[in-house]
Amino acid sequence: MTSSGEEKSPNRAESERQYELRLYVAGQTPRSMEAFSNLKKICEEHLKGRYSIEVVDLLENPRLAKGDQILAVPTLVRRLPEPIRKIIGTLSDTERVLIGLDLRPRKP
Amino acid sequence: MGEAMSSTKESIPVKQLRKIPTGIGGFDEITGGGVPQGRPTLICGGPGSGKTLFGMEFLVRGAREFNEPGVFMSFEEKDTDLVENFSSLGFDIENLVAGNKMALDYVHIERSEILETGEFDLEGLFVRLGFAIDSIGAKRVVLDTIEALFSGFPNEGILRAEIRRLFRWLKDRGVTAVITCEQGKGTLTRHGLEEYVSDCVILLDHRMIEQVATRRLRIIKYRGTTHGTNEYPFLIDEGGLYVLPITSIGLTHKAYNERISSGVARLDNMLGGEGYFRGSSILITGTAGTGKTSLAAHFANSVCARGEKCLYLAFEESESQIVRNMRSIGVDLQPWLDNGSLHVHATRPTLFGLEMHLVSMNKLVRDFRPSVVIMDPISNLVSIGNSAEVKSALMRFVDSLKTEGITALFTCLIYGQHQDLTEMGVSSLMDTWLTVRDIESGGERNRGIYVIKSRGMAHSNQVREFVLSSNGVGLVDVYVGPGGVLTGAARLAQESKDRQDQKECAEAIERKQREFEARKLSAEAQVAGIMAELSAQEKELKKAIEEEDEMKLKLDHQRSEIARQRHAD
Repeated sequence: MTSSGEEKSPNRAESERQYELRLYVAGQTPRSMEAFSNLKKICEEHLKGRYSIEVVDLLENPRLAKGDQILAVPTLVRRLPEPIRKIIGTLSDTERVLIGLDLRPRKP
Repeated sequence: MGEAMSSTKESIPVKQLRKIPTGIGGFDEITGGGVPQGRPTLICGGPGSGKTLFGMEFLVRGAREFNEPGVFMSFEEKDTDLVENFSSLGFDIENLVAGNKMALDYVHIERSEILETGEFDLEGLFVRLGFAIDSIGAKRVVLDTIEALFSGFPNEGILRAEIRRLFRWLKDRGVTAVITCEQGKGTLTRHGLEEYVSDCVILLDHRMIEQVATRRLRIIKYRGTTHGTNEYPFLIDEGGLYVLPITSIGLTHKAYNERISSGVARLDNMLGGEGYFRGSSILITGTAGTGKTSLAAHFANSVCARGEKCLYLAFEESESQIVRNMRSIGVDLQPWLDNGSLHVHATRPTLFGLEMHLVSMNKLVRDFRPSVVIMDPISNLVSIGNSAEVKSALMRFVDSLKTEGITALFTCLIYGQHQDLTEMGVSSLMDTWLTVRDIESGGERNRGIYVIKSRGMAHSNQVREFVLSSNGVGLVDVYVGPGGVLTGAARLAQESKDRQDQKECAEAIERKQREFEARKLSAEAQVAGIMAELSAQEKELKKAIEEEDEMKLKLDHQRSEIARQRHAD
C-alpha cells in the first residue's frame, strides 16, 4: 500500500514523511509471521497511509543478505526516511520499535 | 563392526580423523597432516598474532595448491582492505575471486544500528554463508573473527545458541572451517568459544621477550592426534606463515659414508686423507684473527666448484666484506654468488630473537636447498640468549640439517687460554672439531691448526702451521725440536740452520773421500814401484842363471873336446 510522496513544509514533514520499510525473513516461520503481523499493526496505528512494507525472503533471495548486510532474522530495515535504521527481532516490543523507527508514540 | 567382538583376528575399524593439508609451511608437519577435515578448527590469538593471515593463507593455498575453493567471511575488515593487505604477500585474491576459487564476504556489524525488539536468530548469517559456499562449491571456510558477533548482538544467550548451531551446520555441510577468535585475558578465548570447538584448537602467541618480538604456535587441543604440546616458533614474512617443524625428536639421522673435501688439500690429509663426512657437523674454533672465516670460505669455494649449493649464514660481516677479504687470500667467491650456487645471508644476531633466527634459517634452507650450510660465527649468538638457549637452538638446527643430509660448518670465536672449550659447550653436537691456536714465540704470533676430534675417521694428531698467503690457506709442517714447537720465523731460521748443517756434513764427507783417494793413489804408486824392482831383480836372476847354464855347457863341451883329443893319439 503506497501513497504518493509529496514535498511538504518542514513543520508538517515529520508527521507526513513516507516510510519505506523492508522486512527480511528466512522462510515462513512462526517468528517471521509474528514479526509481520506486529509490523502491520504498528504501521496501521502510527503510519496510516504513509508507509510501504516490502517482505524479502532471504531463502529466495540469498544475495540480498550480503548486499543489505543482514545477519539476524527477522530484521526490519527502515529505508526511508533516512538514515537507515535496523531493528531485529519479532517486533513484539512496540515501544522499542517506535523508538527505533523514530516515531513518537501516539498519545492515546 | 558387528563381527569385531567375536573374532580375535579382525580389529574394530577405527574411524580416523581425516586431515586436510593447509599448505602453511611447517604446520602440516607438526600436526601430522593439517587440520581436521569437515570440522571447525579454532585459532586463538591476541591482536597482530597472525590469525587473519593464517585463515587467508589456508584459503589461498587451498585454492591454489589443493584445488579446494574457499569462503572468507570477514567480520572486521572490508574485502577491499583484505585484498590490498594481502597483495603484498603474493596472495592474488582478486584473481582467485574472479576465477571462482574464493569468495569474500564482509559482514558489517554496527552495534548502534541494532535494536533488539524480540526474539531473533542469525539465520541471515547462515543464508549468506550458505549462498557463498554454494556459489563456488567451497570446501574451506574461514570466519574472522567470530567474536565480532558478541560485540554486535546484545543477547548472549541467543548468540551462543546460534554459534553452536553454526558449528553443527558447518559440519553438516562438510566444509573444513577455520574460526579465529580473540584471546582473552587469562582465558583462551574471550567468550569461551573453545567449548564449542572440540576437535582442534590452536593458539598463536605473540609476545615481547627482552625487547624482541617472538611468535609461537601451540596446539592446545587436537583430538585423535598425538601432538607435541610444545610451543613452536614461527615467523611471518613475505611468503606467509612459516612454522619451525621440529619433527625429528629422536636421533634418527642417516649416516653417510661419502666424504667431501674441506677445500684445503693438506687438511683433508689430516682428516683421514679424504675430508669431512657428508652430512656431518664441523666446528672450527679459534681466537680472533686465526683464519676461521678463511677456512670456511675455502670450504664454500670447493663446494661450489663441485657444482653443489652452499648457504653462508654470516653474523658478523656483510657479503661484500667477506668477498673482498677472501679475495685477498686468493679465494674468489664472486662467481659462485653470480651463478647462484652460493647464497650469503648476513644478519646481525640482535635483529631478531633466537627462535626467529632459527625459523628464518630453517626457511632459508628449505627454500634454497643447499648441500652445505656455513654459520660464521655462532659465538655472537650469545648476545641474544644465554648459553643453554643457544645450545638448544643450535642443537635443533643441527638436527634438522642432519635429517636432510646437509653438511654444516660452524665457526666459533673462543677467548683466552682455554682453547679447548667453547662458551656454549656445543662441541658435543659436532662430529668434527678443528681448532686454530696461537703459537707465540720469539716475538711472533703464528697459527697452528690441529684436529681435536673427528668421529668415524682416523685423523692426524699433529699440529700443523697454518699459513695465510695470497694463494690461500696452506698447512706447513711444524718444527718440533729440542727447543719445542717452532713456527714462523723461528722455523725458517731452524730450517735454514738444518740445511746449513747438512751441507757442512756433506762437505766433510766429500773431503774425507778426496783424502782417501789421494792416499790410495800414493799407496798404489808405492806398490807399483816395489813390484817393478822385484821384476827387475827377477830378470837379472834369470839372466844370471842363463849365463851360468851357458857357461856350464861350454865347459862341458870343452872337457869333452879335450877328452876326445886325448883319446886320439
